Amino acid sequence: MTDAHTAGPFIAAIDQGTTSSRCIVFDKDGRIVAVDQKEHEQIFPKPGWVEHDAKEIWTNVQEVVDGAVSKAGITSADVKAIGITNQRETTLLWDKNTGEPVHNAIVWQDTRTAELCRELGRNVGQDRFRRETGLPLASYFAGPKIRWLLDNVDGLRERAEAGDILFGTMDSWVIWNLTGGVNGGVHVTDVTNASRTLLMNLHTMAWDDKILSSMDVPAAVLPEIRSSAEVYGEAASGALQGVPVASALGDQQAALFGQTCYAEGEAKSTYGTGTFLLMNTGDEPVNSYNGLLTTVGYQIGDNKPVYALEGAIAVTGSLVQWMRDQMGLISTAAEIETLALSVEDNGGAYFVPAFSGLFAPYWRDDARGVIAGLTRYVTKAHLARAVLEATAWQTREIVDAMTKDSGVELTALKVDGGMTSNNLLMQNLSDFLDAPVVRPLVAETTCLGAAYAAGLAVGFWPDTDALRANWRRAAEWTPQMDDDTRKREYKSWLKAVERTMGWIEEDSKE
Amino acid sequence: MARSIQSLERAAAVLRLLAGGERRLGLSEIASALDLAKGTAHGLLRTLQQEGFVEQEPVSGRYQLGAELLRLGNSYLDVHELRARALPWTDDLARSSGEAVFLGVLHQQGVLIVHHVFRPDDSRQVLEIGAMRPLHSTALGKVLSAYDPVAHSEALDAGMEQLTSRTLTDAAEFEKELDLTRARGWAGDVEETWDGVASIAAPIHDRRRMPVGAVALTGAVERVCSDAGNAELRADLVAAVRDCARAVARDLGADRF
Repeated sequence: MTDAHTAGPFIAAIDQGTTSSRCIVFDKDGRIVAVDQKEHEQIFPKPGWVEHDAKEIWTNVQEVVDGAVSKAGITSADVKAIGITNQRETTLLWDKNTGEPVHNAIVWQDTRTAELCRELGRNVGQDRFRRETGLPLASYFAGPKIRWLLDNVDGLRERAEAGDILFGTMDSWVIWNLTGGVNGGVHVTDVTNASRTLLMNLHTMAWDDKILSSMDVPAAVLPEIRSSAEVYGEAASGALQGVPVASALGDQQAALFGQTCYAEGEAKSTYGTGTFLLMNTGDEPVNSYNGLLTTVGYQIGDNKPVYALEGAIAVTGSLVQWMRDQMGLISTAAEIETLALSVEDNGGAYFVPAFSGLFAPYWRDDARGVIAGLTRYVTKAHLARAVLEATAWQTREIVDAMTKDSGVELTALKVDGGMTSNNLLMQNLSDFLDAPVVRPLVAETTCLGAAYAAGLAVGFWPDTDALRANWRRAAEWTPQMDDDTRKREYKSWLKAVERTMGWIEEDSKE
Repeated sequence: MARSIQSLERAAAVLRLLAGGERRLGLSEIASALDLAKGTAHGLLRTLQQEGFVEQEPVSGRYQLGAELLRLGNSYLDVHELRARALPWTDDLARSSGEAVFLGVLHQQGVLIVHHVFRPDDSRQVLEIGAMRPLHSTALGKVLSAYDPVAHSEALDAGMEQLTSRTLTDAAEFEKELDLTRARGWAGDVEETWDGVASIAAPIHDRRRMPVGAVALTGAVERVCSDAGNAELRADLVAAVRDCARAVARDLGADRF
């Protein structure tokens, strides 16, 4: 950086993520002033189980906050608010008298509650709580993880019912510790994180007593549900002592907020290992009949909550990694584009990476990956094309589902994440969606979203219009494919998807 | 026929020996296989080792071919890798300067644009990735020609077409411009390619000081020059472009091998 940064004041954002914790200091224009980051251990006690040490995470959070503040060369007096964003659904229970976790945090990817979820579905199945919560009964959500801990940690249920145990997703854990822990820490969560527990009613924004009793979770453990942007308390110690803690948003919702998707129909897609697409659906929750999740997008203070539809693609960046690590066809992820550009088209090949079944909009766990349309003509370069096209077509399928559910046509897709450096992929996306694809200038949209929400809460920014004014377009791809080609290719893709289904037979399932 | 240099012949023989048959050989094996005195063989091996062409196994003391030799045959940097590494730095340059940023590499007889960050002012702009630019008139082209001998000869072969009244079309003047570019480490283009447009570029070097590409900032001459009449490019922007190029180079050097 060569030009002098504006002399503050600043907003600090803490991103407690799946692999690391980060703190970024932003100035009023939304520019990054300093970053600090620290990874934490991934604990795999059994196949399918993933845990984090919550004490390690809290230590790392304190270190990265102090680190970022010191790198920025500022003091707590220069920082107007702290915003929090976090890995969603990761579940922790701790003793409110000692501050000690009763067990490692159970991470969102952990599948230990799959069987429990099937039991909880009773005769209704996956959608038993969908009307109230917008979610299917699936192992990532927090509610069943709480139940598992209560059932499996000795004496925990008694302590929980006596009121000694607190539950939280990582936002709650960080805020409770940040605001003093055993010495008066506030026990809160925000609407976006609460909407991922399977325990909150989307229409009332309150814990749902009926579901709590069905799931056998005592209300005493639950945090208070607050908006995403308001002052929850003040930092009790560390480099930012005395600074208001003023926002909390799940990571994907924070990215939606950071991408300034404040109007109905605006959507963002984050391209990492997997991909998460969220669309703002305004102040009414939209029920999905096409396999999407209904979730809370954000709520600013006393304003009405804003809802979102969410679609996840399991395998996107990880397919490129698979081409590199398992197939050895490329030596770096970026080379996929070089290889793909050495041919004009996919040569008739389609790659459906249903490695662990098909997600939205199909939800078929009996599907497995398929490469369809092979002939002797097909080379590894055609497969590289097919790999990139798979990510673009899967996005198209989610966008189609969103349009069906919401009745709102997508006008443009805002993208972020590592794969946005792939120019061919971004062009494919625009071609397949028949809509512009736009990359913002700041790639750190998740942290930026948390900073924006915190800044709004303390009046650092006056309103969302001021935030929109900060948003800068770094690149835009526009459709260049003719309608006939798009239709023909989409049809072939859907045919390939068809061929993945029913591969795993009932009796061979694990 | 020109007299050949004996030590180079012997060094080549050492490499050939290590490349064939046994992968690792001790000093005495190499010396006796090539009929050299041990001292001579050791001198050759030590020099080859310094250049990275030969490596010595620490435990056994045996010699094998070095990583540098593999790099020689495979030193090409993937342009998409270059873009991925450069992306955060070029975003930052666009944001701090308020101007559009480009990344260019030599391709045939011109500069291929491999990355483009829009000028952050919300105006309509078209992505120029994949476009070709002339070597002789653009800041990117001058930087590549100054540091890459292949680009230099391509620039001369391509001919120096007059694009504006300020385009350099004389080969001797072009050489002087390249000397200046090498001396100060950056190149400028003030209305030499397009009227009203100025640009500043700096080279992105890899570990071996080879230019793998160049980064440029481009904008209206009124904003990019401190005094448009004098073609004086703003020193703060020059510094920002050079910082960006160095940051990308550091990123490339740090992770390669």
